[in-house]
Amino acid sequence: MKIRSFFNLRDFGAGIWERSNRLQRVGIALISIFLVGLLPFAGASFLATPIASYDAVLVYPVGIFVLMALGLNIVVGKSGMLDLGYVAFFAIGAYTMALMGTLTSLNTWEIMPFGIAFAMLAGVLLGLPTLRLRGDYLAIVTLGFGEIVRLIALNSTWTKGPNGIANIPMPPDIGPLKFKLDDQKVFFWVVVVMILLTIWMIRRLSIRRPGRAWEAIRQDEDAAELMGVPTLKYKIWSFTLGAAIGGAAGVLYASKNLFIAPEMFTLNVSILILSCVVFGGIGNIWGVVVGATILGYLPDRIRFISDARLLVFGLVLVVVMNFRPDGLLPRKKREKAIVKREVSA
Amino acid sequence: MRLEIKDLHVHYGKIEAIKGISVVVNQGEIVTLIGANGAGKTTTLKTVSGLRKVSSGAILFDGQDISKVPAHERVDLGISQAPEGRGIFPGMTVLENLEMGKFHRKNRRHEMNEDLDKIYALFPRLKERTSQAGGTLSGGEQQMLAIGRALMARPKVLLLDEPSMGLAPQMIANIFRIITEINKTGVTILLVEQNAQQALQRAHRAYILETGNVVKEAAAADLLNDPAVREAYLGTGAHS
Ligand SMILES: Nc1ncnc2c1ncn2[C@@H]1O[C@H](COP(=O)(O)OP(=O)(O)O)[C@@H](O)[C@H]1O
Ligand SMILES: [Mg+2]
Repeated sequence: MKIRSFFNLRDFGAGIWERSNRLQRVGIALISIFLVGLLPFAGASFLATPIASYDAVLVYPVGIFVLMALGLNIVVGKSGMLDLGYVAFFAIGAYTMALMGTLTSLNTWEIMPFGIAFAMLAGVLLGLPTLRLRGDYLAIVTLGFGEIVRLIALNSTWTKGPNGIANIPMPPDIGPLKFKLDDQKVFFWVVVVMILLTIWMIRRLSIRRPGRAWEAIRQDEDAAELMGVPTLKYKIWSFTLGAAIGGAAGVLYASKNLFIAPEMFTLNVSILILSCVVFGGIGNIWGVVVGATILGYLPDRIRFISDARLLVFGLVLVVVMNFRPDGLLPRKKREKAIVKREVSA
Repeated sequence: MRLEIKDLHVHYGKIEAIKGISVVVNQGEIVTLIGANGAGKTTTLKTVSGLRKVSSGAILFDGQDISKVPAHERVDLGISQAPEGRGIFPGMTVLENLEMGKFHRKNRRHEMNEDLDKIYALFPRLKERTSQAGGTLSGGEQQMLAIGRALMARPKVLLLDEPSMGLAPQMIANIFRIITEINKTGVTILLVEQNAQQALQRAHRAYILETGNVVKEAAAADLLNDPAVREAYLGTGAHS
């Protein structure tokens, strides 16, 4: 028990936060954000990634993974619905950027709302008929949806099929901040801002009515309905919000990669993002951030062992999940915590 | 308040679980629905609260057919249910569970505190455990919480699905005493039970359900003394 509580980073962090006053909290937040913002300058340290360029790795996979994992966590972690087709929304955002970016004169920021809107629309269209389903059924339907979106991209002429879409424009400069491919600091800062906005939104929703409703739905859907929670409505909301974040991530990804093709949007992506959520601690924002950071970063960090890389990656997953089945920073499990205290008392 | 189930049929897929039952619950009554496992008691209650769809027939509440109203809106009409197996939220505290009891409360702290006080007066045990997680309560306490949570919505009719299930005799007696107490405050109760002895002692009228049909309807006291009923549901033959 002692060892476990020693490793309990979540409560350690929460403790510091709870003991701080408002001013200290603002300070802690600002300093943390500042330090994260400096990350791209640490490329010459032990953090350096061999082969892949370090600042590019910070944007993708790391930053985009964190963003997507946060979005998927709303669906899987907050309201307890297993979505195995999350890549679909990422793809919809990316294709929106690619098509509108190459066919119109709109820039990335102007296309962003469209990417988000189309992803949300897809979320509602998929959610309305399927969110009445539960558990395994939903997992299978969403899995199918992810594949359908990829197959449409692969087999349609307007998406340029397997060739994909090239010459996607980069975002326009923001004042003195210029987007460059050989130095992706600005991309990274944009991802960080998007992540912060997402965290802010999730935290606000969590303490309000929707958070309560999702929590109730996750714990006992029938009981939630009996208490007056319009469960279908809130499930669709959760699904659609997750879709919006996936779509936003897709827009940014396409505008950074300048080229997208259907092969980038396979089931693997959905599984990997789900792994980030589960590995970090399903339902806990900070766990999800840590999980996605590690799983995004690790494969590039150990790229020097080339072939054994994925094996090591898999081993890390298996070993960590064995020792921490609820993830690195699990969500608070009150129903368990109190039982433990009673037993040890 | 008058709840009327009229020639109700309910299906699970192709299987007909409820085969045309009619039940009436009048203002101020405790009506009990007793029957063996699988008779269709839970299905009937779930259909009244809206968790299951009506295949045919009607559910009239104050004369209005509510069978098309979604479950989450029936709470606001005045129908609350403490579901089978209690259905409390295990990860929420007792207080949070109670606060969930009426989701559509428009920020009326005052009204909520009033309701909380009432429920804590009815169940002092819950007050002692107010910040304990629901999942760590004993079975009896969970049942109290389930009933208390249902009362938070100030129901006109309270649906109870086997509140005695899995509880020790002492706790069962306690729960049934409280059910009578709740009824005395003016809440009409539709009580589903396998524990026929206790249910019949507390109820005004009773229906006996067998494989989706009502086979008997009478004043509860009459059924308590009915030899056939004693034989089948009270575990004591008429000759004893
Ligand atoms: N989810 C379900 N799917 C299929 N059949 C069900 C389901 N729930 C109940 N049934 C069937 O409906 C009948 C009535 O069940 P139920 O209402 O739970 O009975 P009771 O509450 O009286 O024990 C039983 O035959 C049962 O097998
Ligand atoms: Mg039952």
